[in-house]
Amino acid sequence: MAGKSEPIPTDTVAVHPQARSIRLVLGLAMLAALFIAPQFLYPIFLMKLLAFALFASAFNLLLGYTGLLSFGHAAFFGGAAYFTAHAVKEWGWSPEAGILLGVLGAAALGLVMGAIAIRRQGIYFAMITLALSQMFFFFCLQAPFTHGEDGIQSVPRGHLFGLVDLNDTMNMYYFVLGVFLIGLLVIWRFVNSPFGMILKSIRENEQRAISLGYSVSRYKLGAFVMSAALAGLAGGLKALIFQFATLTDVAWQMSGEVILMTLLGGIGTLLGPIVGAGLVVSLQNYLATSDFPVTIITGLVFMVCVLLFRRGLVGEFFASGLGRKLGFRADK
Amino acid sequence: MTMIFGVPLQALMGQLLVGLINGSFYALLSLGLAIIFGLLRVINFAHGAQYMLGAFAALLLLTVGGVNYWFALILAPLIVGLFAAVIERTMLSRLYKLDPLYGLLFTFGLALAIEGTFRYFYGASGKPYAPPPQLTGAVNLGFMFLPVYRGWVVIASLAVCIASWVLIEKTKLGAYLRAATENPVLVQAFGVNVPLLLTLTYALGAGLAAFAGVLAAPVYQVSPLMGSNLIIIVFAVVVVGGMGSILGAIVTGYLLGVVEGLTKVFYPEASNIVIFVIMAIVLILRPAGLFGKEA
Repeated sequence: MAGKSEPIPTDTVAVHPQARSIRLVLGLAMLAALFIAPQFLYPIFLMKLLAFALFASAFNLLLGYTGLLSFGHAAFFGGAAYFTAHAVKEWGWSPEAGILLGVLGAAALGLVMGAIAIRRQGIYFAMITLALSQMFFFFCLQAPFTHGEDGIQSVPRGHLFGLVDLNDTMNMYYFVLGVFLIGLLVIWRFVNSPFGMILKSIRENEQRAISLGYSVSRYKLGAFVMSAALAGLAGGLKALIFQFATLTDVAWQMSGEVILMTLLGGIGTLLGPIVGAGLVVSLQNYLATSDFPVTIITGLVFMVCVLLFRRGLVGEFFASGLGRKLGFRADK
Repeated sequence: MTMIFGVPLQALMGQLLVGLINGSFYALLSLGLAIIFGLLRVINFAHGAQYMLGAFAALLLLTVGGVNYWFALILAPLIVGLFAAVIERTMLSRLYKLDPLYGLLFTFGLALAIEGTFRYFYGASGKPYAPPPQLTGAVNLGFMFLPVYRGWVVIASLAVCIASWVLIEKTKLGAYLRAATENPVLVQAFGVNVPLLLTLTYALGAGLAAFAGVLAAPVYQVSPLMGSNLIIIVFAVVVVGGMGSILGAIVTGYLLGVVEGLTKVFYPEASNIVIFVIMAIVLILRPAGLFGKEA
């Protein structure tokens, strides 16, 4: 995605002497806010927000750090929601096993879809992932285990490790928060690993990465599977939070939503997709009661983002004077 | 009753016709996509929305203005083309220097906004649009009854496809277009107004989509979401055909429409995924697409 996008401002700004500790304090404050948030906000809303934030972060792993725009991530999110819901409800699996199945299922899907899609680049890649996920949508529409239009209803949340009762909303919230933080840690570790560095080099200049001897398609496929698995983690969580899995989760609109979250928040920043998911989910919540269709707003926000601030909210902040003074850096 | 491969001939012919009609729309839409992509390097995600706009323009022209089908067939593409030209001038043209993915994202947002707006005002349900009186009824072909309107759809779309191909391959304007695809800077240096050419191309592509929409209005119902599911299939068609060639887009469109129709006869469960399966197979065997040039 980078390469031809805006140049990074090169004028230097003196980094604030305590930039490191300020950032640490900010991070801890956010963490603390997440811990006490359910005292003030509706927990289901918060859990939805966390699940989508994880989904968008997983998507960003691919778009932001590898430069691949997938238009088919709904297949992994919604597919995993189905797998988890089915395992927990029909087979009586424990929630952690159900989510694990969702993650593995999404990873397997990602392996197949990725292997086909990485045969083309750029814009074709986007169209191919979209077409393949639509194929999966039709599969879900017809397969008996998804119960077609009805979806899988009243999925039991069960007991975590047979001990913690997840039907208790607070227990469930902290479980979701825990999974979210683990997912984020995995992404952070992955992005900053040698593997992640090679991905960035592919994003910046694929030809050069090839000439340096890297098997580019293998790395791309690795990133794709990783992103699919994490999107599956979010999807499995979603199935337990709302206790259902439906066709909405695998529809192409869902793929569009996750792109919007990432774009709005900031492509290629760790924080961006989380902020974007928060805004989009809040907007949906706010408009849910009115009869004004969300898609009009979604569409307009898309257009404005692409035309006016392609770095996204977090990216713009990082690139601003204050952001750079605090030592932030949009990863582009 | 005559049987072919254990299927009644009439059912086979009926589905072949349905396939040919779907193929007509695939061909018209992928042709427009290919023309726009060729010059602008933008994948026009709003193509489905523009197809829907064409159908709605015909419907509104009839119900509000009392304009009949034949005039709508000309007016609707002009209206949608004009609308597209405004969008291109004011917004889309700012994105050419960026990564092509931004064009895709922008037109995706545009499609959502347009479809959302129509859904808000006209609801999600389909509205009927009667075929013109000249094209009602059916002819008996001996082995089956052919509804006249459906025959017209196939002929009209074929004619427009061929006309577009001639326009691009055989006329002076087409030569400019093709030259600008190869090297826009050089063509501009020769005194051709390339920005205007880009606007015209986008308007032409959108107009083709709107034309397909008017053709489709009496066959399917006019609904705000009629384009969004179609566009994904058309993307697959474009991937199969490869966007390098105009003729390739047309041929692939008809071909896949017919294949889809035949699948409905022999294995109905797979009929709505068969095009995606073919796409996957083509990608594995020949990643550049059937008519694509680059490796």
